[in-house]
Amino acid sequence: MTPLTLEWLMTKIELTVDGAAVSDDVEPRMLLVQYLREKLGKTGTVIGCDTSNCGACTVHLNGTSVKSCNVLAVQANGSTVTTIEGLADAAEGELHPVQEAFRECHGLQCGFCTPGMIMQAVDLLAENPSPTEEEVRLGMEGNLCRCTGYHNIVKSVLHAAGQTEGAKA
Amino acid sequence: MIPVKFDYLAPTSLEEALSALSEHGDDAKILAGGQSLLPVLRMRLNAPEVVIDLGGIDSLRGIRDDGDAIVIGAMTTHHVVRDHELVREHALLLSKAAAEVADSQIRHRGTFGGALAHADPAGDLGAPALALGAQFVIQGSGGTRTVEADDFFVDLFETAIGDDEILTEVRIPKHTGWGAHYEKFVRVAHQWPIVAVAATVKGSIDEARIGLTNMGSTPLRARATEAALAGASATEDGVRAAAEQAAEGTNPPTDLNGAADYRQHLARVLTGRAVLRAAGAA
Ligand SMILES: Cc1cc2nc3c(=O)[nH]c(=O)nc-3n(C[C@H](O)[C@H](O)[C@H](O)COP(=O)(O)OP(=O)(O)OC[C@H]3O[C@@H](n4cnc5c(N)ncnc54)[C@H](O)[C@@H]3O)c2cc1C
Ligand code: FES
Ligand code: FES
Repeated sequence: MTPLTLEWLMTKIELTVDGAAVSDDVEPRMLLVQYLREKLGKTGTVIGCDTSNCGACTVHLNGTSVKSCNVLAVQANGSTVTTIEGLADAAEGELHPVQEAFRECHGLQCGFCTPGMIMQAVDLLAENPSPTEEEVRLGMEGNLCRCTGYHNIVKSVLHAAGQTEGAKA
Repeated sequence: MIPVKFDYLAPTSLEEALSALSEHGDDAKILAGGQSLLPVLRMRLNAPEVVIDLGGIDSLRGIRDDGDAIVIGAMTTHHVVRDHELVREHALLLSKAAAEVADSQIRHRGTFGGALAHADPAGDLGAPALALGAQFVIQGSGGTRTVEADDFFVDLFETAIGDDEILTEVRIPKHTGWGAHYEKFVRVAHQWPIVAVAATVKGSIDEARIGLTNMGSTPLRARATEAALAGASATEDGVRAAAEQAAEGTNPPTDLNGAADYRQHLARVLTGRAVLRAAGAA
C-alpha cells in the first residue's frame, strides 16, 4: 500500500433528501446508501448485495432511479434525492399509488426487495405510463427478488398503471 | 464493502481536470458515472489516492450534429444515448446497443465515454463503436488528438488513452437510415453478454458492418462476413452462409460461461440473426 501522502479531507455536501435540505461533512468514500442509512437514519433504503446487482438500494437522484450503493455521497452534492420514505409525502400520509398496488396485488413476501422494486416501478411508470407486461419485466430487470417470484411484482406494476393484467401484452 | 480512503476532486472545467490529472499522475483515477469504477473500488481491486470526478464538467455532456458525423460527449449517459433523436437517425446501432447495457438504474448513471474507456471486452458499446468507425477525441495537457476505432482498443481493459489524458468526445460517422440490430446472448438478464453481435446494414444489403463483443481481448470486426454480404440479398440462406465466417480470426476466452469453441458457434449463429434483423428480414 502506498504511504498516505495526502491529507484525507472530509468533503462538505449539501443536498435535498425527501424534501428536506441536509448538509454534512462526509468521507469521499462514503456510499450514498450508507449516507442515507447511517447519517440520516433512512433505513427504508436497504442493502441487498455487494455487487450492485440486486436493486434493493434503488432511490431517485434528480428524478431518475439509481442504485445508491453504486453512487458516492459526494456525487450527490447539490442534488435532490427521493427515497422510499419520501415517496408518499406528496399524498399526505396516504400510500403512493405504486405502494398501494403492491399491497393490493401481494407484490411482496418478506419485503426486503420492495423499497427498491417500488422506486424502480415509479421511475418506469414515469417514463412509460402504460407499459406492456414485457416492458415491465424488462424495466425491472435490475431488481432481484428471492421470494415473490416476480409474477405478483409485475402484476402490481401493471395494476398501478391502471391496466388489468396482460391487457396490452 | 467500502473503498479504501481517497481524496476527492470535483473540477468544473476540463482544464482543471487535466491539471489535477497531471499533478497526481498514477495515483489518480478518473470517475465518470462510477458504474464500473465504484464496484472495482468497493472490491478493493484498485486503490487510487485521488479520485477526479468529471460529473461537474457540463461541456462533456450532450450529443451534437457535426456535418458528416454526430459527436457524443464522453459524459453522456447510456440512457440519453439510447433515446437521442440524432443517434436513432444516424447511428441506430448505438441506440440499440445502449438499450442492452446493464439495467435502467445503471444506464441512468453509466456514461458512453466511461464504458469505452473501461474497455471491458464484454462491454456492449465497444463492438458497435468499432463497427461504425468511431473516432475518439482524447485530450491531455499537451493538446488534443483523434484516434481511429481500429487503434483505440489495445487489450483487455486497455485503450489508447494515456494516464494523463481524458476521453472528451466520440465522433460517429453518420450511417443515416442504416438498419441495425444488437443481438446479445446472456446468462443473467441485466449483465454482460457471453457473446454479442452488433450489425448495421445499408439497404438489403449494399454494405454491412459487424462488430463482435467478447470474442477476444478487444472488440472485433467480422470482416469476412462483411465482405461476403456486400451486394448480397438479405435472404435467410444467404445471410446464414455469410455468417458461417463470423468467427474467423477471433480468439474468444474460455470461462465459466462457455468454452472458446462454444463462443465461436454463438458468434456464427448470432451474426446470422443480427444481420437478418438489421436488414428487416427477420
Ligand atoms: C450490475 C452491473 C451490470 C452491468 N452490466 C453491463 C452490461 O450488460 N453491459 C455493459 O456494457 N456494461 C455493463 N455494466 C458497466 C456499465 O456499462 C458502466 O456504466 C460502464 O462500463 C462504465 O461507465 P461509467 O461512466 O460508469 O465509468 P466509470 O465507472 O466511472 O469509469 C470506468 C473506467 O473508465 C475510466 N474513465 C471513465 N471516463 C473516462 C474518460 N472520459 N476519460 C478517461 N478515462 C475515463 C475510469 O477511470 C475507470 O477506470 C454493468 C455494471 C454493473 C454494476
Ligand atoms: S445493494 Fe445496491 S444493488 Fe444490491
Ligand atoms: S419479497 Fe422477499 S426478496 Fe422480494
